[in-house]
Amino acid sequence: MNVIKTLTKSLREFKKETVLSPVLVSLEVVVECLIPLYMVTMLEKIEADNSIENILFWGGILLLMAAVSLLFGMLAGRYAAKASAGFSKNLRTDIYNSVQGFSFANIDKFSASSLVTRMTTDVVNIQNAFMMIIRIAVRSPIMLVVSVIMSFTINWKIALIFLAIIPVLGVGLFLIFRKVDPIFAKVFKKYDAMNESIQENIKGIRVVKSYVREDYERGKFNRTAQNVRADFQRGEMIIALNSPLMQFAIWTAITVICIFGSKIIVESGGVDLNKEALSSLIAYGAQCMSALMTLSMVMVMISIATSSAERVAEVLNEKSTLTNPEEPVYEVPDGSVEFRHVSFKYSEKAERYALSDVDLKIKAGQTVGILGGTGSSKTSLVNLIPRLYDATEGEVLVGGINVKDYDLESLRDQVSVVLQKNVLFSGTIKQNLRWGDPDATDEELVEACKRAQAHEFIMSFPDGYDTYIEQGGTNVSGGQKQRLCIARALLKKPKILILDDSTSAVDTKTDALIRQAFREEMPDVTKFIIAQRVASVEDSDLILIMDGGKIVAMGRHEELLASNKIYQEVYYSQNRMGASASDIKDAGGTAFAEEGGAE
Amino acid sequence: MNRRVEIKKGSAMKILGRLFRYMSHYYKWELLLVIVCIAVTAVAGISSSVFLELLIDDVITPGLEHGFDYIAKTLYTIAGIMAGIYALGILCSFTYTRLMAVITQGFLKHVREDMFDKMQSLPVKYFDTHTHGDIMSYYTNDVDALRQLISQSVPQGLFSLVSILTLLVTMLVSSVYLTLVVLAGVAVMVIVTKFVGTKSAKYFVRQQNSMGKTEGFVEEMINGQKVIKVFCHEEMSKQDFEAVNNELYRDADKANGYGNILMPAIMNLGHVIFVAVAIVGGALVLGGVHNLTLTGLEAVVISMGSIVAFLNMSRQFTLNIGQVSMQINAVVMAIAGAGRIFEFLDNESEVDNGYVELVNAEIDEKGNITESEARTGKWAWRHPHKAEGTVTYTELKGDILLLDVDFGYVPEKLVLHDVSIYAKPGQKIAFVGATGAGKTTITNLINRFYDIEDGKIRYDGININKIKKADLRRSLGMVLQDTNLFTGTIMDNIRYGKLDATDEECIAAAKLAGAHDFITRLPDGYETMLTGDGSNLSQGQKQLLSIARVAVADPPVLILDEATSSIDTRTEYLVQKGMDALMEGRTVFVIAHRLSTIQNSDAIMVLDHGRIIERGTHEELIAKRGQYYQLYTGAFELE
Repeated sequence: MNVIKTLTKSLREFKKETVLSPVLVSLEVVVECLIPLYMVTMLEKIEADNSIENILFWGGILLLMAAVSLLFGMLAGRYAAKASAGFSKNLRTDIYNSVQGFSFANIDKFSASSLVTRMTTDVVNIQNAFMMIIRIAVRSPIMLVVSVIMSFTINWKIALIFLAIIPVLGVGLFLIFRKVDPIFAKVFKKYDAMNESIQENIKGIRVVKSYVREDYERGKFNRTAQNVRADFQRGEMIIALNSPLMQFAIWTAITVICIFGSKIIVESGGVDLNKEALSSLIAYGAQCMSALMTLSMVMVMISIATSSAERVAEVLNEKSTLTNPEEPVYEVPDGSVEFRHVSFKYSEKAERYALSDVDLKIKAGQTVGILGGTGSSKTSLVNLIPRLYDATEGEVLVGGINVKDYDLESLRDQVSVVLQKNVLFSGTIKQNLRWGDPDATDEELVEACKRAQAHEFIMSFPDGYDTYIEQGGTNVSGGQKQRLCIARALLKKPKILILDDSTSAVDTKTDALIRQAFREEMPDVTKFIIAQRVASVEDSDLILIMDGGKIVAMGRHEELLASNKIYQEVYYSQNRMGASASDIKDAGGTAFAEEGGAE
Repeated sequence: MNRRVEIKKGSAMKILGRLFRYMSHYYKWELLLVIVCIAVTAVAGISSSVFLELLIDDVITPGLEHGFDYIAKTLYTIAGIMAGIYALGILCSFTYTRLMAVITQGFLKHVREDMFDKMQSLPVKYFDTHTHGDIMSYYTNDVDALRQLISQSVPQGLFSLVSILTLLVTMLVSSVYLTLVVLAGVAVMVIVTKFVGTKSAKYFVRQQNSMGKTEGFVEEMINGQKVIKVFCHEEMSKQDFEAVNNELYRDADKANGYGNILMPAIMNLGHVIFVAVAIVGGALVLGGVHNLTLTGLEAVVISMGSIVAFLNMSRQFTLNIGQVSMQINAVVMAIAGAGRIFEFLDNESEVDNGYVELVNAEIDEKGNITESEARTGKWAWRHPHKAEGTVTYTELKGDILLLDVDFGYVPEKLVLHDVSIYAKPGQKIAFVGATGAGKTTITNLINRFYDIEDGKIRYDGININKIKKADLRRSLGMVLQDTNLFTGTIMDNIRYGKLDATDEECIAAAKLAGAHDFITRLPDGYETMLTGDGSNLSQGQKQLLSIARVAVADPPVLILDEATSSIDTRTEYLVQKGMDALMEGRTVFVIAHRLSTIQNSDAIMVLDHGRIIERGTHEELIAKRGQYYQLYTGAFELE
C-alpha cells in the first residue's frame, strides 16, 4: 500500500487523464453491454413489423450506440496512453531527481546498473500495468457487473446461475494467485542472478578463454538456466489453471442456462423468456468469460509489476543521509582544516571503522601529501572535508567551522575534489571545464588549463577547446583525462583543493610542473595530494602516512625518510637504483606512536 | 543499448518459419498435442452458437407447439452432448495451458543455453567489437519478446485462427449471404488495423529508440553521479534529463495512443457488422429470399433461429479477429527479437584447425619422451604426422619465437609491423610503450585471440596454428589489467586456474601471490563470497587474486598484462618476492606501466606505433640514452 502511495505522487499533471480514462471506459462498456439487449428488442420488433422503415429505425439506433461506444473507447484509449506515458515520464523524473539528491553513502548503496534498470525496465513494467489498470482492469469488472445486471433484467431466475458461479471463480482465482505470488517473487531474484552471471561471463571472456573454461562455464550456466526454468515452469503451470477453471464455470453456466432456459420458454409459452432473450443470455455468458479472462491476464501483469513498483519506490523513498542545516553558513572563511578525534565507518552495520580517532590540524595554504597502501583509508579521510560523508564520531572543521554547519553547495564549491574514479562527460572540452564554473570566461579556462598543464595538448587537437569528448572520455589518454579533471576543479577557485590519486597517469615531469603551478600561483589554497609516488608528495609541507584507517606517522620528507619504515619502503621501492630491501633500516616501530596527532 | 528496432521486408516469414522449426526440434509431439487441444477447445467454445440454433429449431419451436414433454428427451440429449463437448474442451484446455508452460520455459531454456553455448565459442574479436550491453540485451529484451510470443501470442493466435476458420465454415453452412456481409466488415477491419497498426508501429520504433537514448543518458550520468555531486551540478543535470525524458514521453504517448485506438475500433466495427447482419437478415426474411448455404440453394427462407445464431457467430468471429489484431505489436517485437537471436546464433564460431595436443609426459635421462596418463608435472606436444602416420613428441619448454609479424584488427590498418621476438625458455621479456603502441596486441597473438596477418609464430618450434587452441591456451597463463572474478567464494576463484586443485594448493598459490594476508583478514577468509565481479574488494586485491589464480594453474609461460597496475607500490614491493618466485623457471611476457617492475627483464622491447624501436636489457637501454631512457627519467608519459 505504501508503495502505491509513493508512486501515485508522481501522477501530478496527469491526474485528469488518469480519472477520465476509466470513466470513459465505463461509459463505453455500459453502451457496449446495452447493444445485445437492444439487439433482442430489435429482432422482436422486426419480427412483429418487418417493414424496411422499422428495420432501418432500429438499425440506426444500434449504429448510433456503436458510434457512441467507439467515441468513448477511442477517447479513453487516448487518455489512457497520455496518462500512462505521462506517469512513467514523471516517475523517471522523480527517480532521477531523487538520485540527484543522494549523498555518496546513498550512491554506494545502489549500483549504477541497478539504478538504470529501475529507470528503464521497471518503469516500463509499471507503465504497462498502469495502463492496464486504468483501462482493462476497469473495463472487465464493469463488463462483468453490467452483464450480470442485464441478465437479471432478462430473467432473474436464470441470472441467479451467474451469481452462483462468480464467487466460485473468485475464490479459485484468489487461491491461484496466492500460491503463485511467492513463487514469482523468488524466481525473479534467480532470474536477475542468471543475467548477472551472463554479464560476468561476457566481461571475463578473456579469462574464460585463456583458462579454456568454456565447457565449465557452459555447465555452470546450464545449471542456472535449468533452475530458473524449473521455478518459472512451476509458477506458470499454476497460473495455467486459470483458463480451464473459468471455462468450466462459464460453460457449466451456459449448459444450465440452455436447459432451464428452453424449459422456461416452452412451459411459459414464450412469455417469461423467448429465444432471442435466451441468445442474449448466452452472449452475456460469453462476455462474462472474456471479461474474466482479461482480468486474470491483468492480474498476472500486475503481479509482475509489483516487484518493479517496489524497486522504484525503494529509490523514491530513499532519504539522503546528509541534510542541510537550518541556518547554514555560506562562506568558508579560510582553507584551514581540523579533524577532532574523527572516526568513520561507511555504514552503521559495518564492523570495521574505515577511520579511527584521527586528530589533525592543517593551516590554510599548506600542502599536505598523503601516502598509504591500498585500503588504508586515504580517500575516506579526504572525503570528509567537503562532507561527502559525515564523520561517525568526532568533528571535521573547515575554516574553523564544523562542516555540518555549512550550506552543502557552498562548502563543496569552496572545497574542490578531484575524485580518484573521475569521469568526463560527453560534450566539448569547454563544456566539461565549465562544470567548474558555468560563467568562466575563455581566458579563465585557459588559465586553469595552463596550471593543470593541459593547455598545450588541448591546443594540439584540431578543434582545441571545442574538441568533443566521447562518453567516458575514451578519446583522450589517461593522463590527459586526469589533467582535464584537475583544470575543471581549479575553475571553482576553491579555498581547499583535494587531489585523490589524480596524477597517477601523468608523467613525473608534468606532475612536478602542476605542483609548481599550485605552489606559485595558488599559495593561499590548502592542497591535499593523495599519491602513489613519493615524488608527488616529497615537497609537501606535511606528509601523512596512513595504514589501516589510522595516521601512523606525519612529518616532512626528511623526517619520515629518517624515521618511518613504511615511508622508507615506498621510497626505496620507487627509487630502486642501487637500493634493495636490505638497505631499509629498522627505524619504524616507536616512530609511529610518537608522531600521531602532531601538527 | 541504442539498437534500432527494424525488420527487413520479407524476412518476417523466414524468421517465423525458422522459429517454428527451432521449437519443433525440441517439442515436436508436444506442439502437435497443443495444436490439437487448442483446436478442440476453440471448437467447444464456438459450439454454443450451434447448440443455440439446434435448441431453437429442434426444441423450443416444436416445444411451443407440442408442450415440454414432447421435447424433453431431445433437450436432455442436446444438453448431454453439450456437456460432453464442454468437458472435453476443458480437459484439452487444461492439457494445453499446462503443456504450454512446459514448452515455453523449456524452449526458453534451450534458447538461452544455445545462445550461451554459442557465446563461449565466439572469437574474442566478437566481444571486442560489440558492447556488453548489446550482447546482454539478447538475453534479456529479445528472449523476453520471444517469451511473450510463445506463451501468449502463439496460443492466442492459434485459438483465434481455429475459431475463425470453424466459425467461417459454420457461418457458410448457415447462410452464404450473411457470411458475405460479415466478410465485407472484416475487410474493413483489416484495413483499419493496417492503417492504425502502421502508425502505431512507427511510433513504437521511435519509442524504442528514444528509450535507448534515455538509457544511454542515464547510464552516463549515474556513473558520473559522484562528480555531479562534487560539482553541485544536480540542477543542470536535472534539466538535461528533462529534455531527453520529454522526447520519450511524446513518443510513448503517440505509440500507445494509436495502439489503444485499435481495440475500440475493432470492437465497434464488430457491432456495426452485427447490425448489418441483422438488417440484411431481416431483409432476407422480408424479401422471402431462399437461403443459400454451402450445400446449395435451399427451398426455404432462412429461419429466425438461424439468424439469431448467426448473429452470435458473427460477434464471436469479430471478437476473435480483434484478439488477433491485439497481438500485432507483440508479434512484431517478437519477430524482431527472434531475428536478432538468430543473427547471434549465426555468428561464426572461433575456427580451430589445430591438431597438435598437449599431453602429460615422462622424460627419461636420455631425453626420450613417452606419453603418460597421470599428471607427471612434465608436458609434451603430441604431434601426429598424417602423411607418414607417425607421432612425434616435443617437450614443452616455453620457447616462443615471433618472426616478422604483421597484424591489424582490421585488414586495412596494420597495428604491428615486422615484429620479431625471441623468448628462450625461462626468460623474462618486457614490453614498454604508450597506449596503442601494440603491447597487448602482441600477447593477443601469442594465445591466438587474434591471428596474425603475416610472419611466423613458433612455440617450441611448432607453428602455433597447428596447436589446438585449447591446449595452446592451457600452456599460457594470463593475468590481465582488468581482473575478472566470478561469483563464488575466494577459494572457488583461485581454483578457477586448476579445477582439481586442493585447498592447500590454492592457499599456497595465494601466499605466493601475496594475497593470503588480506584474505585471512576478511571475516570469512577463503570462504568470503565475491559478488558482482568482486565489488567488495579493492582493485589491488582483485589483482592479487588473479595472480593467485594463475599461480595455481602453474603454466610454463606467463603473460602479465599490467598485472600489478592497481597494486600500490608498497604492496607491490612486498609481493615482489612472490612474483619473482612465480616467474622463476617460466617464460614470462610482462607489460608494465611502472618501469621499476621490469628492470630485471632479460630483454625489454620498446614499442612505438606497432614497431619495436629499441630492444635490450635495462642497462643497455639506459646507456643508449634513447626513448627508454627518456621514459625512465620521466620525460615522457606512458598513457
